[in-house]
Amino acid sequence: MPRLIATRAALGVLTLLAVSAVIFICTQILPGDVASAVLGQQATPESLQVFRQELGLDKPAYIRYFSWLFGVLHGDFGIALTNQRNIIEELWPRFLNTLFLASYAAVLAVPLGVGLGILSALREGKFSDRFSNIVTLIAISVPEFFVGYILIILFAIDFPWFPSLATVFEGMGVGERLYVATLPALTLVLVVTAHMLRMTRSSVLSIMSTPYVEMAFLKGLTRSRVIGRHALPNAAGPIISVVALDLAYLVVGVVVVENVFVYPGVGQYMVDAVSKRDVPVVQACGLVFAAVFVGLNTIADILSIIVNPRLRHPR
Amino acid sequence: MTLFGHRPPLFAQIGLAIVVINLLVAIFGPWLAPYDQSQSVGDTWAPSSAHMLLGADQIGRDMLTRLIYGARMTIGIAAATTALSFLIGITLGFTAAVVGKWVDVALSRVVDIMLSIPQLIFALIILGVFGSSIPVLIITIAVLDSTRVFRLARALGMNLTVLEFVEAARLRGEGLWWVIRREILPNAAAPLISEFGLRFCFNFLFVAALSFLGIGVQPPYADWGGMVRDNAPAINFGLYAPLYPALAIAALTVGVNLVVDWLLSIDARPSGAQAEM
Repeated sequence: MPRLIATRAALGVLTLLAVSAVIFICTQILPGDVASAVLGQQATPESLQVFRQELGLDKPAYIRYFSWLFGVLHGDFGIALTNQRNIIEELWPRFLNTLFLASYAAVLAVPLGVGLGILSALREGKFSDRFSNIVTLIAISVPEFFVGYILIILFAIDFPWFPSLATVFEGMGVGERLYVATLPALTLVLVVTAHMLRMTRSSVLSIMSTPYVEMAFLKGLTRSRVIGRHALPNAAGPIISVVALDLAYLVVGVVVVENVFVYPGVGQYMVDAVSKRDVPVVQACGLVFAAVFVGLNTIADILSIIVNPRLRHPR
Repeated sequence: MTLFGHRPPLFAQIGLAIVVINLLVAIFGPWLAPYDQSQSVGDTWAPSSAHMLLGADQIGRDMLTRLIYGARMTIGIAAATTALSFLIGITLGFTAAVVGKWVDVALSRVVDIMLSIPQLIFALIILGVFGSSIPVLIITIAVLDSTRVFRLARALGMNLTVLEFVEAARLRGEGLWWVIRREILPNAAAPLISEFGLRFCFNFLFVAALSFLGIGVQPPYADWGGMVRDNAPAINFGLYAPLYPALAIAALTVGVNLVVDWLLSIDARPSGAQAEM
């Protein structure tokens, strides 16, 4: 088993390497280059030449890729084009903010989504199940910003319990941070819980219709024993991948939610950089999001290998 | 009322009604709208009145007019994107399945890598490099979305290429394109149609989200995501202005989802024509 896990982890690292190459290539396919895009109309051949040398654009692409990658591994993401500041200094506190918001939402959403999903599967076809089916279908079909604005109207305007802008700053206490980030976290919780509930429900239902569960019922075991001993251990693998998929989704959903509540995280930083076309910052933020995404997927696969003995022996 | 030989249940009927109304508004918008989309007819966030049913937006344009024109833009872009994405995805997916060998391996690996970057993040990177315009928006989202279509088309194609009638066509000496168009495509049509609904929903929300973030459709064009963004400050005054376009987005996606849910449930329980598939 350790060998299998090591292989999967190595595959994750390889994927990450490929992803970094794709991100780098994307920023190189621009007709012209970054220098002419930034200088625009006022560019003279001399100033372009100087700027290109400053950015290292006179070197071949693969050398620039490796020096960029080498820098990233040392925590150096380069300099932002718009304000000439070191990207890592702005990125790091925002990354912690985003992590805080995402974990806040995850801590609430994971038990809620998995628990309600199992409950819904056990009560299949009953009124509560059909009701939750329609409610969750609506919750996953509406855009995140719609949920966000509804929450603002309910809990910041009609009942002014929470602030509508989630402003956090350095030196803020944990309690106050939690209070300010409640509405954005709640928005993410609603969307992610609905999705997790539906996926958990269908994976438990598919286990419940297998022959060995039917056999267990026919043996005369009680319902709780069939579920606890026979169904849930086998549903654990699929549920873990559902949770990981939704956490990865959470990381992306954060981009929109941060912009609704003006929360100073990586998502807001990235969108800001995209509208200013600050390519190095976009590159850095993109790599951070992709790394978290690939990391979560790798961890999910490793966890399913651990909980499911059948996956331990490769075909 | 029956459709495809089935009577849609209540929720599917509601969904169908929402989709049809939205399509009619998108097609006949300019004839339905009471004002011009860039005409200022009232005060900022004027309340609703007899000549402005939903009030005015942040610079006094009629909200209802903007919503009608926005339907055209947002639904149009999403539809064009989904059509392009299916064109790319189906062509490459069936080619990978029929040709196999290194073509399949190469295409599948590229898709695997593209799918390991979150779609929104990938789109942000490309829009950050190229800047946002409507053609760039459509091509970017279509290419990213075609990876999902590719996976489905490849899986469907794989199941079909091993069947006797495809082999017979190959042995007759039919070309690759003929086999795809005449043998594979008609037999994969049903699952692809319900997938089209789902992908449309996804792309529609994607365009709306990008416009909401300010990097999708650019002013002066009316589009629902951008309208939510522009009217967002009104919410701090307790006004519901951004909720109208947000509600329009929500209603259409819920509508399409209800219809797709029903179509999928027809596929799942075969009867008559479906059973022969």
